[in-house]
Amino acid sequence: MSETARTNTAATSAAPPKLKTGFWRAVLALTVKDLRAEVRGRELINAMLLFSVMAVLIFSFALELDREARETSIAGIFWVTVIFAGMLGLNRSLAAEKDRGNLDALLLAPVERSVLLFGKMLSNLIFMLIVSVLLMLLITVLFNISLFVPWLAVVILLGTLGFATVGTLLSSMAVHTRARETMLPILLLPVSLPIILSAVRASTAILTGTPQEDWIAWPQMLLVADIVLLAMSYILFDFVVEE
Amino acid sequence: MTQSQSPTRPRLLTGLTVLAVIMFVLALGMALFYAPTDQQGHVQRIFYPHLGAFIGGALAYLIAAIASVLYLIKRDVKWDTLALSAVEIGLVLTGFNLLSGMIWARPIWNTWWTWDPRLTSAAVMWLAYAAYLMLRNGLEDPDRRGRFAAVYGIVAFSSVLFTTFITRVRPDTIHPVVVGPSPQNAQGGFNVERGAMTLTLVFNILTFLVISVTLIWYRVRLENLSRRVQALKFKVLSR
Repeated sequence: MSETARTNTAATSAAPPKLKTGFWRAVLALTVKDLRAEVRGRELINAMLLFSVMAVLIFSFALELDREARETSIAGIFWVTVIFAGMLGLNRSLAAEKDRGNLDALLLAPVERSVLLFGKMLSNLIFMLIVSVLLMLLITVLFNISLFVPWLAVVILLGTLGFATVGTLLSSMAVHTRARETMLPILLLPVSLPIILSAVRASTAILTGTPQEDWIAWPQMLLVADIVLLAMSYILFDFVVEE
Repeated sequence: MTQSQSPTRPRLLTGLTVLAVIMFVLALGMALFYAPTDQQGHVQRIFYPHLGAFIGGALAYLIAAIASVLYLIKRDVKWDTLALSAVEIGLVLTGFNLLSGMIWARPIWNTWWTWDPRLTSAAVMWLAYAAYLMLRNGLEDPDRRGRFAAVYGIVAFSSVLFTTFITRVRPDTIHPVVVGPSPQNAQGGFNVERGAMTLTLVFNILTFLVISVTLIWYRVRLENLSRRVQALKFKVLSR
């Protein structure tokens, strides 16, 4: 215990600090911290889950889905719900750090700045995936359409990954604006259109049993969008948090 | 301070203004009187400024993206001003692009608007840049405003690329592509024939490029002047 403490102080006092904590270890530490806080407080995940259950119920009332309409629109309902629930999480994840003064401490930590991006992104991604799994169960039971299709899981993983990445980047800017909760959707929805569009189209095609060669272009496009957004967020995040 | 340059108009800008006006009159004249209409009738004439405005707007967004990168590297406020000006002019031009497309679509597609990937992505691109202005309005500290706006200016440019290439990637769009192979479902497509049509099209595109650059330049000067006014006000008030 004291051994690690000493190496930590040594790392911070060295003139050009050689970062002792490895990049991915620091990312993992931040994610685990978020998850642990969530397990103890449950302020976020409960809200996200309740919200998604209510959204699905409201959609089913509002759209009056019959057997055929369900098949074609269930993917859209799923994605809209996941994305809005994800936005709830994104709004809180950095705002909570800022309000409790922990953001400065995180920025002072002797690790690369992008650790903050990836740590937050991972915890947001995990929250969105939890919501997705619950929604898959709920939709499978309530609408009698099985969402447990292997390819759909791939699409969900790719879609939430891209959304969580660019969402974390933009929410770290939105927390500093005057109307921060309203700013995030305005900033985030237009630039995540490529992800939403290809995720919805791919999911619909998978669920309606379209042959694979007709929709395989969408997951490919999703993958390209993910790579572009990850690279862009990694490069740009340092400029957002430099103060 | 960079903005305290002499307020007299540079000669190049005067030249550009005259050029833009003359070219605009000529381009409009070519689209209205010179271009043939045997394929779709008079409504086809709107196509020339429609594509021209999109390319002019795309140039403005490209300038904004480049200026944003330069701002992040150099931290000179003039790049921030340029990015802001380019986004505003881009919004005007792509706004005209959307409106003119709707006017064309009404007789050809029999609807003002359809939820086609190309149309949707163009509208969302417009919204992304409107969000850019919202973001600027929501931040007070000039340093942070410049940085965040530059970051978002770069992120938003991905929507321009997406809009430009989606008709080439997705076969199910009904928006015609006149340069290169058209999507199989395209409706209301037409061939740009050699001669009068190509000439009108190229001239319209060039015109909108000149207009775009000229307007951005004016907007930059306006922004510099308003900064100067602000600085002078502070000077007077702090006496």
